[in-house]
Amino acid sequence: MSKRIGIEVSIAVADAVGLCDVDVVAAYPITPQTHIVEHLSELVADGHLNAEFVPVESEHSAMSACIGSAAAGARTFTSTCSQGYALMSELCYIASALRLPIVMAVANRAISAPINIWNDHADLMYARDTGWIQLIAENGQEAVDLSIAAFRIAEDKKILLPVQVNLDGFTLSHFIEPLTMPEQADVKKFLPAYKPALRLDPDKPVTFGPVGMPDIYTEARKAQDENLKASKPIIQEIFNGFAKQFGRQYKLVETYKTEDAETIIVGMGSIAQTAMTAIDGMRAQGKKVGMARVRVFRPFPAKELIDAIKGAKNLVLLDRVTAFAGGEVSGPVALEIKSALYDRKLTPKVGNFLVGLGGRDITIQNFEEMVERVASAKDGELPAYEFINVRE
Amino acid sequence: MGIASDALKNFKGFNLKNLPEVEPVSPGHRACQGCGEVLALRQAMKAVGTNAVVCSATGCMEIITSPWPQSAWRVPWIHVAFENAAAVVSGAEAAFKSMNRKKIINQPDVTFIAYGGDGATADIGMQALSGALERGHNFIYFCFDNEAYMNTGIQRSSSTPFGASTTTSPAGKNSSGQSTWKKNMAEIAVAHGAPYVATATPAFPIDLMNKVKKASMVPGPAYIHIYSPCPTGWRCGIEESIEVARLAVQSKVFPLYEVIDGEYYLSRKVAKPKPITDYFKIQRRFKHLTDSEVSYIQGRVDAQYEALLKKCVVEDKKKEKE
Repeated sequence: MSKRIGIEVSIAVADAVGLCDVDVVAAYPITPQTHIVEHLSELVADGHLNAEFVPVESEHSAMSACIGSAAAGARTFTSTCSQGYALMSELCYIASALRLPIVMAVANRAISAPINIWNDHADLMYARDTGWIQLIAENGQEAVDLSIAAFRIAEDKKILLPVQVNLDGFTLSHFIEPLTMPEQADVKKFLPAYKPALRLDPDKPVTFGPVGMPDIYTEARKAQDENLKASKPIIQEIFNGFAKQFGRQYKLVETYKTEDAETIIVGMGSIAQTAMTAIDGMRAQGKKVGMARVRVFRPFPAKELIDAIKGAKNLVLLDRVTAFAGGEVSGPVALEIKSALYDRKLTPKVGNFLVGLGGRDITIQNFEEMVERVASAKDGELPAYEFINVRE
Repeated sequence: MGIASDALKNFKGFNLKNLPEVEPVSPGHRACQGCGEVLALRQAMKAVGTNAVVCSATGCMEIITSPWPQSAWRVPWIHVAFENAAAVVSGAEAAFKSMNRKKIINQPDVTFIAYGGDGATADIGMQALSGALERGHNFIYFCFDNEAYMNTGIQRSSSTPFGASTTTSPAGKNSSGQSTWKKNMAEIAVAHGAPYVATATPAFPIDLMNKVKKASMVPGPAYIHIYSPCPTGWRCGIEESIEVARLAVQSKVFPLYEVIDGEYYLSRKVAKPKPITDYFKIQRRFKHLTDSEVSYIQGRVDAQYEALLKKCVVEDKKKEKE
């Protein structure tokens, strides 16, 4: 039986990746991702992990090397965030289009300028259209568990897409948390050895990455989208398999006290933990508040989310990124949800709040204010989005 | 003995009688008529053979060999982006190393190739190449240098020679074409401590293929800078590719040499050099140059060649001993 230990989340994520017996890690250091790759290189140096650690000269080369490695048939991992993600983003589109099951931990951090090393979801949102599967952890245990599940998801023959495991920078990456490290034997049972369908093999040559003219480009893109679409139920099946092996159940959308809630907060990542504490407080005052947390942002689980929130009169939708949209449409998370609501002819009162940017704390009081703001707003009074906890 | 010279102890070269019959790059590709670059690619890959993994930068050699659903490649080949072939090959080489060690595969003797044009190498891909050379991956990098961005329509690169007219360094009333001297990529590779560096051109195919074979025998990174005429961009006749490449060597514009473990060996001493005007006159990209510009270039080419000869003392000393 695995025992609970106190461990820094970054170290635990690296250990989890080690348990997955990766063949190649190619990475470039960037705060606050550094402890993940430092510890992986340590595992390799100490002989605990039989892998090649490629200390590349940039994030652009990190993803390039990961693509070369995964195309060669190796189980491949990297980690980055923020500016590093921005630099490698060109290759992220290509990694998914080449259908390479790379796993990448993103220690979510704001994007410059002003330069800011602290946590928000600017990099997560930057990545949303790259064709990757995006998983989001709320705490250290989830970061560990999702890192392991990510390889199963990525390598599933019906999916074959790269997977991002998002964990909030500092707020998760640098905290020591009590968590249960899975046992090597259990990970082996859950995650079989990677057998690539195609690889760069001199005995069986294939051409990866040919030119796609107008007569095939659309078909290629649709085929890729079909796989992302098909991945949604498979991800849930893999989560169920994870629960059988390790006893911890994950869902595409997690809910907290939503059944009778009049107001539901929708958010992602570690702020959900604060939100749930705030909800307990508001419930104690007789306010019917609940929360839906998006565990998987791509593919977006619209059906599961709507099922969770459709009973609510008021929605508090959180975006941890600046919506440079001009003020008349909402931030990215709220946009997805509003689109899903429209498709189902649901018209709750919606407030979209831009919170926790660049490491700004978001407090229990902030949640109470947002809930109150939406609950008491008259029809048409709420703007497309508003900043919270900002000095004017 | 250094790492490269050690590995080359038993090197046996190609000659006209033992040229490899394999064609890893098959005919039927879509290069322009008279393309010197695809000829260089063909020669290089014949010398590499079929036990190889090839990582291509975006560029002419990528476009013309891989229009889906066709592929000219008979060896495993991957194209990812413009600037990262050296980083992609780093990952592929690391993957094979890891998987061989873990006994997931048993393919220990694969030759890893990355290639790009001069833009993909000397400009946008410089960082990825520098990283891969510095980390010491076991691979060969071919720069097929046609001295401009030909795939996008003859724009200047840092490898475009001084005075050449391109679509972004056009000759005009206030311009004599390219205003900067050609970046010396082979020297940059040498400065990284790569155990094997060479220059080559398809006008001297046996020399080119021998250098590629040597590069494949040397453990660690090898860099071969291959001068690859482009009649379309250089505005010479499609039948003049080989001629112009030969003239580049004979006029000392593009000297052929090897650097093995940091020691320079001249491949072909130019005993009676031809004037640079012979080289210029069959290419319309230089036709606007004035006499004084030509003599400036001649002076600089001569000086550069002399500087190279000085580095090749090792070869001369060897000859003295003999």
